[in-house]
Amino acid sequence: MTSAHLLLLICLISGVTSVKGDVALLHQEVITGISIVTFKWNHVKTPYLVALWILVAVLAKLVIESFPSVTNVIPESALLICFGWILGGIIWAADLQQTFSLTPTVFFYFLLPQIILDAGYSMPNKLFFTNLGGILLYAILGTVWCAATLGLSLWGCQAGGAMGALDIGLLQYLLFGSLIAAVDPVAVLAVFEQVHVNEVLFIMVFGESLLNDGVTVVLFNVFDAFVKLGGPRINAVEIIKGIISFFVVAFGGSLVGLAFGLLVSLLSKYTKNIQIIEPGFIFVLGYLSYLTADMLSLSAILSVTFCGVSCQKYLNSNMAESSVNTVRYVMKVFANGSETIIFVFLGISAIDKTIWVWNTGFVLLTLFFTLVYRFIGTFIQTWWLNQYRLVPIAFIDQLIMSYGGLRGAVAYGLATMLDDQRIKEKKLMIGTTLIVVYFTVILQGVTMKPFVTWLKVKRAAVAEVTLIEKVQNKVFEHSLVAIEDISGQIGDNYLRGKWKIFEEKWMSRFLLTSEARKKQDYIFNVFHQLNLKDAVDYVDEGERRGSLEFVRNESAFINFKKKLGDEFSEVLPDIMAAASDDPDAMRRDPVSSVSLQMHEKTMQGTRETEDIDAHHLLQQHLYKGRKQHLHRYSRNHLDINTDDNEVQEIFQRTMRNRLESFKSAKMGLAPAKTITKHTKKDQQQKVIFIYSIEYMGYYTIASGGSFPFRVNYKAGAGIENPTFMPDPDPMAPMQIPPWQAEDEPDGSTVSPSQRAQVRLPWTPTNLRRLAPLRISTQSTDSFAQADTPASQEKDKKWPPPPPPPSDK
Amino acid sequence: MGASQTRTEHKYQDLADKTGFSLEQIENLHKRFQQLSNNEETINREHLDSIPSLANNPIRKQIIEAFFDKRNQHQDEVGSCEEIGFEQFLMVMSHFRPPSLKTTEEEKEAMRKEKLRFLFNMHDTDNDGTITLVEYRKVVEELLSKSGDIGQEAAKAIADAAMLEVASTNVPHMDPDDFYEGITFEHFEQILKGLEMETRMYIRFLDVETPTLRCGKSTS
Repeated sequence: MTSAHLLLLICLISGVTSVKGDVALLHQEVITGISIVTFKWNHVKTPYLVALWILVAVLAKLVIESFPSVTNVIPESALLICFGWILGGIIWAADLQQTFSLTPTVFFYFLLPQIILDAGYSMPNKLFFTNLGGILLYAILGTVWCAATLGLSLWGCQAGGAMGALDIGLLQYLLFGSLIAAVDPVAVLAVFEQVHVNEVLFIMVFGESLLNDGVTVVLFNVFDAFVKLGGPRINAVEIIKGIISFFVVAFGGSLVGLAFGLLVSLLSKYTKNIQIIEPGFIFVLGYLSYLTADMLSLSAILSVTFCGVSCQKYLNSNMAESSVNTVRYVMKVFANGSETIIFVFLGISAIDKTIWVWNTGFVLLTLFFTLVYRFIGTFIQTWWLNQYRLVPIAFIDQLIMSYGGLRGAVAYGLATMLDDQRIKEKKLMIGTTLIVVYFTVILQGVTMKPFVTWLKVKRAAVAEVTLIEKVQNKVFEHSLVAIEDISGQIGDNYLRGKWKIFEEKWMSRFLLTSEARKKQDYIFNVFHQLNLKDAVDYVDEGERRGSLEFVRNESAFINFKKKLGDEFSEVLPDIMAAASDDPDAMRRDPVSSVSLQMHEKTMQGTRETEDIDAHHLLQQHLYKGRKQHLHRYSRNHLDINTDDNEVQEIFQRTMRNRLESFKSAKMGLAPAKTITKHTKKDQQQKVIFIYSIEYMGYYTIASGGSFPFRVNYKAGAGIENPTFMPDPDPMAPMQIPPWQAEDEPDGSTVSPSQRAQVRLPWTPTNLRRLAPLRISTQSTDSFAQADTPASQEKDKKWPPPPPPPSDK
Repeated sequence: MGASQTRTEHKYQDLADKTGFSLEQIENLHKRFQQLSNNEETINREHLDSIPSLANNPIRKQIIEAFFDKRNQHQDEVGSCEEIGFEQFLMVMSHFRPPSLKTTEEEKEAMRKEKLRFLFNMHDTDNDGTITLVEYRKVVEELLSKSGDIGQEAAKAIADAAMLEVASTNVPHMDPDDFYEGITFEHFEQILKGLEMETRMYIRFLDVETPTLRCGKSTS
């Protein structure tokens, strides 16, 4: 079915191109009258085709990914190439020529940057810099080694007569060697992400592939210049110049990238007021760093890599949480999209009669040498590296590293950039490059997984991030630094420790906002993240059970007492009395809790807190303010309804409604009976009391149809879950928003910990961290109820809910 | 003169067999030891505490304590001592010795256990075989002590949460009245599996004296 779709698309494209001529004709006709509708293909042709191609590529990915059993065996990149072949065949059949192929301009300026940016931005920095020495060695020496040996060997073979009548100069061979030497990050990522090898191995291969792209481009340019210069004019001076330019280009590019990265970080410090376009900066500046480096004839790939690497930390702490997520996702969308397109086009480009010039010797020897020299190079370098590494790279890892030398689109892109004036065998070289790419991506890609399994390569532990691990990790790092200090050694850890101190002292001060600086601590962030996750799990669990009552019960109860106590006490004397009867219910935990410190930091001043509170209240009560939908039209603000007065007004009206309905319900006798029956100190019963009131209160709203819940995100603050919310000032009840207040019957000293208690009760298995403490701090929790056996079931006879208010 | 020379060498050889350090490394470390102890036979807490570059380390106390912990000195004794000699100093250091290519799998496994035991002992201050919540809280508190305004409460909460995690992973079915006493060594091992401690807990001990070392000496 999907293939039918694709066929249709292709026909559309090719059909439309043939119409082109007619359209042009039409335009030349003298217009005799106003036509109602005109067909203006030429106007939209280019963007239309681009969009169509993107669609086709993405659809292909969709189709491929819907067969997980296939992608388990054959990597996606290989399948995409195969798909490209089919597509190319269809186009060929329709047009009898290859209309579409990957041009260097498109590839280097529109497809590659975002992939590299994404790779840099999501680089595991610590791992990368720890292994930087090895990575640099592989990236620079390894690439040069491969290029040189391949070029020389091919040249030698040609001299030996292995390639028939081929006549290519040594320089041209070296040029060819340099373009085919580089391991391709796109291909490597695509394959290794599915294999899950251990992290050191991964960073070695991936880091190498990322950096050596830069190196290979530089190398290519140097050799290209040599070729242009011509053999006889090359002397020692030129060669030295070439070597110098190699380093200048590589390091200059990295520096440009660093500069741009710091610029982005600095900018993100001041983008608080334009949060909506905040995520855009990294993309624009990342691209600019690419173009700038290219303009200065420095290595653009290295530039954008280091731009991503250097800014990730500061961006992630400076920007609002939503922006951080946006950046992450958009980055992935771009990178993944262009990766898909690249592979499809790599396939399509092959179906073109005009590029194929076959020379068995050349092709096979190239294949052979790339493979063999990769192995030899890796072994020699690793041997050398292992002399200096604390933890040597194992032999099996070396094998995988060598075997993971996948070539990809960069090589093809460079091959198409060859100058066919000077290099007459350009077509042969392009064809050979394509074959090498196919061979490595498809054959090596497919065999990689069995190979890894067979060799029992150490895999990455796919573990959930646990807090204790992070804490332990921290302890461990510090102890390493300390031991180095004590033993007077200057090692990696020493340097890292010093860098950390420098970074905290200077970099953070200049590049981070003051709030971001405060919550920088790593462990603390993990704690925060886990808290968020727990909160979400908690709510999910509630929704799964079909009710969110348990999320709200206690909060809304306090809501009655505290927020409205003064205003409406005359309406509900019974309840007020009952509530104050219960000392536990009135008790606030005086110690501020952990998570709330985090919240306090992110919220500036109580005013804003109140706004959020009011907003949250509205959400809880499902009263949709009129401005609720404002954000859909507004381009600038995603914040919803923070107008103080309006919120206040709506709030009061809602409360009045609820009280009315409550009153009427109370008159209805049955519920009242339940209430009085249970207003005792007994906690188990108290919750039912709460429930019954709440049930009525909410029923009026819930009957409106939808079911309210909103995870309230606020600039980096995360979710305001009742469980985690602070009690800002126990002396001022009006400031306590309902969901923040919480019953804390055992006001013991341990109270701050929401995530844990010393005494560990049994837990619902799927909510390990959060649930138990709720149970333990408060037996009135509905979880406890849900988990208690049926013995208490009889208590759960809810009163019949009152009818919804008439003005609904 | 010559006799004393051979005697020191012999002594070093003895230490080298015990700790696995090379003679050069021991020599270097001995120099460092003398520098730290002001040329005395033993070293005490104040000596270590006064290392300037250690001042910024949040868990300084725990590390220093580990040096004076008899458990880390391959003797079957418990408790801590006031001062340690060079041999004990080396023993503690040897926990951080990297493996060579020749190390066999069993040896690696033993080293791993040893390293973990070192960390465990660091936390288990009262040597009762479990890291209790109180002990763990202290660790986290110290760890966060350099992080400015993250207060004690936060540290407590994080420790509690971490403890709860351990409890829930290791004892999945707890009765409501059960009390998780603390992390035992087995649990500790279990938790830290993912960290690959064994491949990372190394320090490069130099074979040759570095200029920086001399530098440090001259300033002291």
